[in-house]
Amino acid sequence: MNRLLLNKFILILSTLSALVGLGFLFWILITLSYKGISSLHFTTFTKDLVEGGIRNLLVGQFTMALMASTIAIPIGMMAGIYLREYSSNGKLASIIRNLSDVMMSAPSIVIGVFVFAILVDPFRGYNGWAGIVALAIMMIPIIISTTDNMLSLVPKELREAGIALGGSKHKIILQIILKAAKVGITTGVLLSFARIIGETAPLLFTSANNQFFTMDLTEQFPSLTVSIYNLATYPDEASRELAWAASFVLTAIVLCINLLGRYIIRTKK
Amino acid sequence: MGARLFKNFSFFSATLSFFILIGVFSVLFSYAQEALHEFGFDFLYNEVWEADEDDEGGIFGGYVPIIGTLLSTLIAMLIATPLAMGIAIFLTEIATEKMIQPVSVAIELLAAIPSIIYGMWGLFYFAPIVQLTVGGNGVGLLTAGIVLAIMIIPFMAAITRDAMNTTPPVLKESAYSMGATKFEVIKDIVMPYAKGGIIGSIILALGRALGETMAVAFLIGSVMSIPSKITDPTTSIPVLLANNFAEAQDLEMSSMYYLALILFIVSFAIISLAKFYFFRKSII
Amino acid sequence: MKNNNIIMDIKDFDFTYPGADEPSLKNINMPLKRNKITAMIGPSGCGKSTLLRAMNRIHDLYPGNTYKGEINLYSSDGTKQNILTLKKENDFIELRQKVGMIFQKPTPFPMSIFDNVAYGLKLSGIKDKTEIEKRVKEALKDAAVWKETKDRLKKSALGLSGGQQQRLCIARAVALKPEILLFDEPTSALDPISTGAIEELISQLKKEISVMIVTHNMQQASRLSDYTAFMYLGDLIEYDKTNNIFLNPAQKLTEDYITGRFG
Repeated sequence: MNRLLLNKFILILSTLSALVGLGFLFWILITLSYKGISSLHFTTFTKDLVEGGIRNLLVGQFTMALMASTIAIPIGMMAGIYLREYSSNGKLASIIRNLSDVMMSAPSIVIGVFVFAILVDPFRGYNGWAGIVALAIMMIPIIISTTDNMLSLVPKELREAGIALGGSKHKIILQIILKAAKVGITTGVLLSFARIIGETAPLLFTSANNQFFTMDLTEQFPSLTVSIYNLATYPDEASRELAWAASFVLTAIVLCINLLGRYIIRTKK
Repeated sequence: MGARLFKNFSFFSATLSFFILIGVFSVLFSYAQEALHEFGFDFLYNEVWEADEDDEGGIFGGYVPIIGTLLSTLIAMLIATPLAMGIAIFLTEIATEKMIQPVSVAIELLAAIPSIIYGMWGLFYFAPIVQLTVGGNGVGLLTAGIVLAIMIIPFMAAITRDAMNTTPPVLKESAYSMGATKFEVIKDIVMPYAKGGIIGSIILALGRALGETMAVAFLIGSVMSIPSKITDPTTSIPVLLANNFAEAQDLEMSSMYYLALILFIVSFAIISLAKFYFFRKSII
Repeated sequence: MKNNNIIMDIKDFDFTYPGADEPSLKNINMPLKRNKITAMIGPSGCGKSTLLRAMNRIHDLYPGNTYKGEINLYSSDGTKQNILTLKKENDFIELRQKVGMIFQKPTPFPMSIFDNVAYGLKLSGIKDKTEIEKRVKEALKDAAVWKETKDRLKKSALGLSGGQQQRLCIARAVALKPEILLFDEPTSALDPISTGAIEELISQLKKEISVMIVTHNMQQASRLSDYTAFMYLGDLIEYDKTNNIFLNPAQKLTEDYITGRFG
C-alpha cells in the first residue's frame, strides 16, 4: 500500500532532519571545544589583547552588556507593565506591541549604523557608551515582549483579589503581579542577556574595539566578539588560536546563561 | 504621588520604542539624503561601486549587495524550510515524551549560539568541505547560504512546532479514527490548522536571514561583483556595512546609509507581513 | 450462527494506562448487540470513555498502554477478529474505518464541508469522483445535514453552527459505512435543540449501524438506548436491557446511581 510507504518515508525524513539539526549542533560544539580548549591557556584570562589574552575583552563585553541591561531592563519591564496593566486592549498598546516587535526583528547592523550616526559621528570617535546604547536598543523590545507575555499569564483573579483588598494599582502591580510573574520574567531577562552578550554587529562601529584594558566609556571599548572577528581574519596562527579560545569562552558563557534561564523556569514552576 | 509617577514612567517607557523606531528611520533617511539625491532609485539597479581618486565623490550603486543579500537568503530559505518543517514534525508528532525535552533544548541551544561563532566555524570547517565537494574557493554564495540556513533552522522550527502544538488533540484523533495515517493527519489537519503560524515563522526567518551580518561576513567573500556561479564570492548589504561603513566618506557614507535604510524598510515590511499572517486565523 | 446478533464481544478485558499501577478497567465482559444502541453511563472517571477508546484502539496513538483479554469484532462479512491482537499500522487503519468515532466537541477539519465528508472516502482508496460525490450526498442526507449544507458544500466547515458541525462529523463517519459508531458524549457541548436533532439522528442510524454511546446524561441513555451498561471505578457493575436497568436494576449500586444518590 503506497499510502503507508509514503507515511513511513515522510516520518523517516522528519526524523532525519532532527538528526541533521542535532548533528550540526554537536559538530559545531565539538570543533569549538576541541579548537578552543587546545588554544586556551591560563594566561589567556590574565593578559589583555595586546599581550595575547582576553582579560580586557571579557571585562569590556560584560561591562557593556551589564550596562545595557541596567538601561533596558527597567525600561522594557515598565513598558511591558504599561501594555498589559494600563492599556491592555487599547489601540495604543497594540500599536506599541507591533512597533516593538518590528524593533525586535530589526537587523542588528542597522542599529549599529543608527547609533553611529547619533553617538559616534557627532563626537568624532568610537566610545563605550555608543556600544551600550546599541545593545540596550536591541534588548528593550525583547524585555517588553517577555514582560508582556508573562504578565498575560497572571490570572485575572489575582488582580481582582488585590483590588478587592483595597490596594492601589501600582502597589498591586509591584507587590502581587510582578511577584507572580517573577520566574518567567527572570528567565526572559537571562535569555535576552545571553542574546546581547554574543552580539557583534551593533558594536563594530559604535564601541569598536580596544587592545588595552580600560573602564573609560568615552574611549573605544574592548569587545570579545569584535576581537574574534578581527583575529579570525589575521593570517598568523597565534591570532587564530586566540580567536578560537575567545569563541569557545563566548559560546560557553552564552549557552550557560541560556541553560540557567531554562533551568529556572523549569524548576520553579 | 508614587502611583502617578509609576504610571507616567511606564507610559514613557512604552512610547520609547515608537520614538526609537521613528528615530532610526529619520536618521537613516536624512543621512541618506545625499545619495538619494544623487542616484535616486537608479541606485537599486546600478552595479558600480567606485569612489573617485580624491575620495570626495564617485558612483555608488547598491545592485551587487542587494542581489547578494537576496540570493544568499534564497539559498538559505530553500534549505532551511523543509528541514525546519521536518524538525517541527518530529518534535510534535514522532518523538516520544522522553525525547521531546532534550531534542527541543538542543534545537534551542543551536538558536542561541552567537552568529559570529557560526561564521568562525563556517569559515574553518564548512567552507573547505564546500570547496572539496562543489568547487570554488570555499567562501561564496553557497557556503554563506548553507550556514545561514543552519542558523535560521532552529528559529523556524521552534515557532512552527509551537504553532503545530496548538492543534487540538481531539481533531487529530478524529482524523485517525477515520483511518488516516500519521502523515495524512499532519498534511490534512495539523498543517492547515497551524498554517498562519507556519507561514509567519517562514517570513520571520526570512527577515532574520536578510539582516544577518556576522555569519555571512565570514563566508560570502566580500567581493563587489555579481556572482555567475553559485560558488562565486559576492557581498550582501549587512556585510558591506560591517566591513566598509566605518571607513567611508561623504557620498560613499551616504550611500551606505541608503543601503541601511533599504534593509530597515524591507525588514519592517517583512515583519508586518508576518504579523498579518499570525493574526489571521487559519481558516482554509 | 450463534453470534449472529453480536457485533462486538468484550471478554475478560483489562486496560492499564502507561505508568499506572492499577488497571483502569478490570475484567469487563460485555457482548454488544448488532444494530442496537448501547449506552454507557457512570460517574466521571468510571472508565466509560477509556473503554470506548479501546474499541477502536485510538488509545494506541499514545504509547505504553497494556491490554488484557479479548475484544472480538464480528464484521458483517462474517469474519471474526480479536482487535487487541492488531499491531500493524495498516490493521489499525482498517479497524478505524470499521469502527468510527464521534467526539464530545465537534471536530470539523480545516477544509470545506464537502472535503470533510469526502476525506475518509478518499483515504479508503475511492478515486472515482462521481462515486465520491454520490456518497458524500448520501452521507449528508443520512446525517440530516444535507438541507443546510447543499448550497455551501465548497465553503469552510468551520462556518457551521455547533450542532451542524456535529452532524457533519457524523456524516463524515457514516460515509465510510462503518460496522459500529462510537459516540463519546456527543451532545454535551450542544444546546437542547441540537441535542434533540442528534439523538433523532442516532436512533435512525441503528438500522444500518451498531451504536455505542457514552453519556453522563441518564435521560439521554433511557430515551435513546436499547441496552445500558453501568460502570463504576473501572468495573462493569451491570449490563442489561435499558428498561431493566432503569426500572428494575439488579444491583444496589446501579439503583443508587440512577436515582441520583451519588454521581
